[in-house]
Amino acid sequence: MSAPTPTPAPTAHRSLAVEPQPALSAPPPRRRRSKLPWLLIIPSLAILIAALGYPVGWQIYTSFHEYGLLQQFGQSPEFVGVQNYAALLGDPNFWVILGRSLLFCVLAATLTVFIGFLFAVLMKRVGTVFRLVLQVSMLLAWAMPVVASMTVWVWLVDWRRGLVNWLLERVGVEAAGHNWLADPGSFFVIALVIVVWMSVPFVALSIYAGLTQIPDEVLEAAAMDGASGIQRIRFIILPVIAPVISIVLLLQLIWDLRVFTQIKLLQDAGGVANETHLLGTYIYQMGVGSGDFGTASAVSILMLLITVLISWYYVRSLMKEENA
Amino acid sequence: MRLKNLSTAGWSLLALVIALAWAFPVYWMLNSAFLPNVVLQSTTPTFLPFAGSLKNFAAVFADGKFLTALGISLTVTLSTVAIALFVAFLGALAISRFRFRGRKSFILAMLLIQMLPAEGMFIAQYKMMSSVGLLNNVLGLTVLYAAAVIPFTIWMLRGFVAGVPAELEEAGMVDGLSRTQAFLRITFPLLAPGLVASGVYAFLQAWNEFTVALVVMTEDQMKTLPLWLRGFVQASATRETDWGMVMAASTMVAVPVIVFFMIVQSRMSSGLVGGAVKG
Repeated sequence: MSAPTPTPAPTAHRSLAVEPQPALSAPPPRRRRSKLPWLLIIPSLAILIAALGYPVGWQIYTSFHEYGLLQQFGQSPEFVGVQNYAALLGDPNFWVILGRSLLFCVLAATLTVFIGFLFAVLMKRVGTVFRLVLQVSMLLAWAMPVVASMTVWVWLVDWRRGLVNWLLERVGVEAAGHNWLADPGSFFVIALVIVVWMSVPFVALSIYAGLTQIPDEVLEAAAMDGASGIQRIRFIILPVIAPVISIVLLLQLIWDLRVFTQIKLLQDAGGVANETHLLGTYIYQMGVGSGDFGTASAVSILMLLITVLISWYYVRSLMKEENA
Repeated sequence: MRLKNLSTAGWSLLALVIALAWAFPVYWMLNSAFLPNVVLQSTTPTFLPFAGSLKNFAAVFADGKFLTALGISLTVTLSTVAIALFVAFLGALAISRFRFRGRKSFILAMLLIQMLPAEGMFIAQYKMMSSVGLLNNVLGLTVLYAAAVIPFTIWMLRGFVAGVPAELEEAGMVDGLSRTQAFLRITFPLLAPGLVASGVYAFLQAWNEFTVALVVMTEDQMKTLPLWLRGFVQASATRETDWGMVMAASTMVAVPVIVFFMIVQSRMSSGLVGGAVKG
């Protein structure tokens, strides 16, 4: 090992332009004492605080108070400490809904990411024309407004004239007049299919965008060296797109835990609401439906904590990269 | 090599089948929208709209409320896009071009805000809007929407801003441009695709949003398109559901956004990922 050279060269071109300052070395972003960055974020902060400040504060406040219909009509809420939370945690119904939501969220998110990943690999594998066809089809599903696609799905599974029952009849399944939404089990199967159908395009296209960073030559070289399809996925593709997969998985988990519109509209279309609640519709039912805002707020806060817990590891590693 | 061609053909076929299956609900909506209700009432489904007409669409238009809802939706959506884009752009600039005290907390806040369960806030948002007199008000809904899309828009845009090296700007400044000039002439044009992508994101969110609108837009003549569609479905469900009309109504809500989306889509997903992987 030769002796280290006394002065490292890399910063040379910088020292030409500026008088070299001892403390400031490599990182390009400017460390300035100006107020400019604050001026830049003030508009965002102002809008966020205006729209979310009061609601979030109210939620936290209410979750520690007795807040029912009487309070809606002006009686001042009574402080009850953690009683709302205690009542919730002691309520078996809450645990059922929580378990159901977590199960739904994990199933939907992993299925979505898995299918999305396979579709992305497929897009990479086929020629331009077929890739475009697949992409356009994904975009169609993605761009459909939720309310519109829910309406179509309700029509597809309609118990009397829906296409799904008709098809099942054709292949010999006794399905005539079967109402999918009336039974909680099949209600959630339908909900799962719809949510996955809606979410796969975003995941597939994001992962595909990540895949395009892998040069074709690398994959071809690996194939020539005898790597099988699975091996190429395992050792070349996965490592490169791992960051993309982890962020889409996280986003899906967060989004699928708080799925609301789809469940609400399916319930509207004939589901038995009481047996098909997930956390989102449960909060809505508690608050808007029964007027028990204290409990509804407590559920929201718990849900926020769960979300933070799920994403904790990811957020922490992300924040570590932000060397402010 | 022949084996390889064969397997390529197999994969292509698979891609085609998946594409058809995935787009099928969209096709089914269009198909049903053109068919008269008598045909849809039959026990055998009709797969092609040869017997079709525009009657369903005409009937939906005759309702008159569609155009009102379209107007409200367009106003709210376009103002949301304009406000969110401008404000989020400044924010993205701050976090990707500067290191300052509070930067980390700001980024953390943007992440946490996206985790807030919206369902719990409806009541509070309703109370807040009603106390400041912004219920059934386009401006009120716009502010709520802007707040909902700003965190993610900042997140997306920072990827694009970080993708333009600060050195380019510095080089311009060395060549005698002022800081503002360097930014406007060098960085800004390079950011156009990013702005388009985030604009589309904001547009889709605002155009499709259902629940917040449900809570704060209570009056009939202030309903946005998704609310109008839901009302339409519900009104129709009290009788025998006229699926032809309902699908025509869905089509009218969906088609503008699909067309818009197709025009600008290519940058969308790369932008989403860009925000995640770039500093």
